Amino acid sequence: MARQGVLVEPYHRLKLEQVEQLHQASLAILTDPGVICFNRQAAEVFGDHGADVSSINQGGAACWRLKIPGTVITDAVQAAPKVVKLGARDENNCLILDGHEPRVRFASGSEANKWLDVDMEAFVSKRNPGTEVEFPVFRVEKGTVDRLVKAARLCEHLDSWDSFLRTVNIQDDDITDDNKDVNKFFASLNNTTKHVMSGLTELSQLSNVVRMAQTIAGGEDRLRENPIISFITCIVKSPLQLVDDTTQKAIEIAKSGIPLVISSSPQGGSTAPIGEDGMVAQINAEILVGIALTQLVNKGTPVLYGSVPSRTRLDNLYDTYGVPEFNQYNIDCVQMARYYGLPCYSTGGVSDVKVPGIQASVERLFSHILVTLAGPQYIHYAFGLLERTNTFCPVQAVLDDAHISMVKRFVSQPMVTADRISESLKQVRRVMGTSDKLYILFVRRAFRSGEITPPYPFEGKDMGDETLFWAQKRMEEILSLPPSHIAEPVVDRVFQEVPGLLTRLRS
Amino acid sequence: MTEDILALIKENVIQGRITGDDEGFDEGLVGQAGVSELTETALAQGISSEDIIKRGLSEGMDIVGRKFEAGEYYLPDMLASAKAVGAVMEILEPYLIESNIKSKGKIIMATVKGDFHDIGKNIVSILLQGAGYMVKDLGNDIDPQAIVAAVREEKPQFLGLSALLTSTMLRMKDTIQALTDSGVRDKVKVIIGGVATSEEFAQSIGADGYGADGFQAVRVIEALNTSQED
Ligand code: B12
Repeated sequence: MARQGVLVEPYHRLKLEQVEQLHQASLAILTDPGVICFNRQAAEVFGDHGADVSSINQGGAACWRLKIPGTVITDAVQAAPKVVKLGARDENNCLILDGHEPRVRFASGSEANKWLDVDMEAFVSKRNPGTEVEFPVFRVEKGTVDRLVKAARLCEHLDSWDSFLRTVNIQDDDITDDNKDVNKFFASLNNTTKHVMSGLTELSQLSNVVRMAQTIAGGEDRLRENPIISFITCIVKSPLQLVDDTTQKAIEIAKSGIPLVISSSPQGGSTAPIGEDGMVAQINAEILVGIALTQLVNKGTPVLYGSVPSRTRLDNLYDTYGVPEFNQYNIDCVQMARYYGLPCYSTGGVSDVKVPGIQASVERLFSHILVTLAGPQYIHYAFGLLERTNTFCPVQAVLDDAHISMVKRFVSQPMVTADRISESLKQVRRVMGTSDKLYILFVRRAFRSGEITPPYPFEGKDMGDETLFWAQKRMEEILSLPPSHIAEPVVDRVFQEVPGLLTRLRS
Repeated sequence: MTEDILALIKENVIQGRITGDDEGFDEGLVGQAGVSELTETALAQGISSEDIIKRGLSEGMDIVGRKFEAGEYYLPDMLASAKAVGAVMEILEPYLIESNIKSKGKIIMATVKGDFHDIGKNIVSILLQGAGYMVKDLGNDIDPQAIVAAVREEKPQFLGLSALLTSTMLRMKDTIQALTDSGVRDKVKVIIGGVATSEEFAQSIGADGYGADGFQAVRVIEALNTSQED
């Protein structure tokens, strides 16, 4: 069994003709102006396969302009698997992402530096000193290993949270660039049995992370069958530049056979055109180059089409996620990925504002609903992210889980069949024969079967808004449950085989 | 004639048009001279660089600044105008040296080693140009030694360092150390910025200033500039 997510009837913003026009525009971009590549090996790979490669001068660093013919891209992209399995420690939690099936799963993100805690504090009214109310007060903390562990434990028990993408950047004093990768993966894997995904900080750590995953999965073959981890690589710096370091990481990961995301995150208005057509043509070109590279390096590499387009705010040029254009860009990208039959790693659920509340809910629900409707196979950033991805708030993640479950309920397939209609007609006739003329008796079975949504789980009792208070309680409840750790003997082996793990992660 | 051309420079600073190819924000401007062409013409007519700066650039930029504060213009408007000012200042550089007019100062900007984020740094650079500074942008992923070499060669009054990652912000410290080791630390004021950094962090690594955003960057540099002149 695999996690089912929700199968949607996809909303098509673009007509097929427009998808094809954008596809052609992306190919046109890749031949003129082409991409600037700072990675020698990638330039050689594309050169060997028919791209026009010329050395150019861009402020010192060695780089090349690649003009890549459309067929080089489309042939390579054709070779990418259309179904990608993201495994999990508990294989029932694995995800089968089929590029042609609009079945949506929800994951967290990103590498937020800040962790936001919520404290409830009592305040006394100045006007009526007898009136005391509780309000949430927010406390900003740093991302640490312990907090990453907490987030993984939340993920384990929140039902809509299908896959754990590391939420915070671990900044403990004993974490260095060299031990960050093994510790973030171990902290995550040891606390959730769902799929774990993360970026790779140091290429030199790839082999250690893979060895850890093999040990936990039960060997090299088992990891191949059940890839419990995957990597995100941001190889593109928009517009149209392949960064040396991340491109090298993508090449090495592709060789390892572990699934990877090729993600691009341009901002409409600063690093991509602000218009929907120009933005989508460019980001699609950027993602296609990355995917083509993975296939040219190792044909058949499991890869996800990672679209993370955002828009620029006009007052400060920060990235913004709460505007309608964000959703338009993202939905279009989902359609582009489906056109190629590639599983799509899409984006939704972030808010611009720094704290949970009305603005946060509006901004994130907007994309939770709209992007889900488009039917990407995987939506990242969907839990707890505030302040344009700079903050992760666990209480917000609990709220997001509840909201996503409502969204899933809404987008699920309509249950209109001949059988059900005849059942309903029976109901109508029976109720019309009663004196109270109420359908109440028939609600109960529907409710228990999960067909009907319960009331908002964090509703306040009085005039105040108690949402955060109740969400906080729910979070504490979950964190008091016993953790789903990896079996002791396996942990022992991991600690023997993998250098750099913090001993305090054992307890 | 002088008035006409200065008015045109001012107008095109407001429109943020560097060359005739630029569109500005009003319709139908493509094809008309932008600030570069207008400045060349003005210089050919013998108009002083001082007049071009004061009555063309500064007056235009002042209007844009006021409209920005009032919420009528947005940051892209401001940046387009600042770029236009920067383009003119570059044309005027040899004239300024010739007539012994001091520019407000030279600034080297760089994103530090290991970091490829440069949107914020580029915005800061443009705003500083708009404020009349000569900006030399080294780019991103810049090694401390390359920064030291540039400081030696260009002799700027200021060095702006940007970092967006908690890991690369430590390279700012290395860069300042490299300046000290090469004996040029006291020749240049260092200001830093980028989401992960803060005023406290700036102090802890011995930087001279910190800017949370582009406007603060300009204010901090202006303040350091005044104190330097004293
Ligand atoms: C755009 C972006 C990218 C783009 C960069 C494109 C480009 N041309 O710069 C790409 C995709 C390439 C990228 C790559 C990566 N990114 Co990035 N990125 C961002 C993002 C979304 C926005 C940054 C931005 O441009 N903001 C807009 C500008 C206007 O704001 P700003 O940079 O803060 O600049 C302002 C001020 O800070 C200040 N300022 C800036 N510089 C200076 C300098 C001086 C002297 C002064 C005075 C002031 C000043 O003034 C500026 C203007 O107002 C941030 C998250 C966020 N929302 O902030 C993540 C973020 C910074 N990235 C992050 C990460 C992790 C990465 C990657 C490692 C990949 C990954 N996600 O796994 C790689 C790293 C590559 C590398 N080695 O550098 C993390 C950092 C966490 C950490 N470890 O510290 C963040 C916080 C996202 C997240 N939550 O995960 N990224």
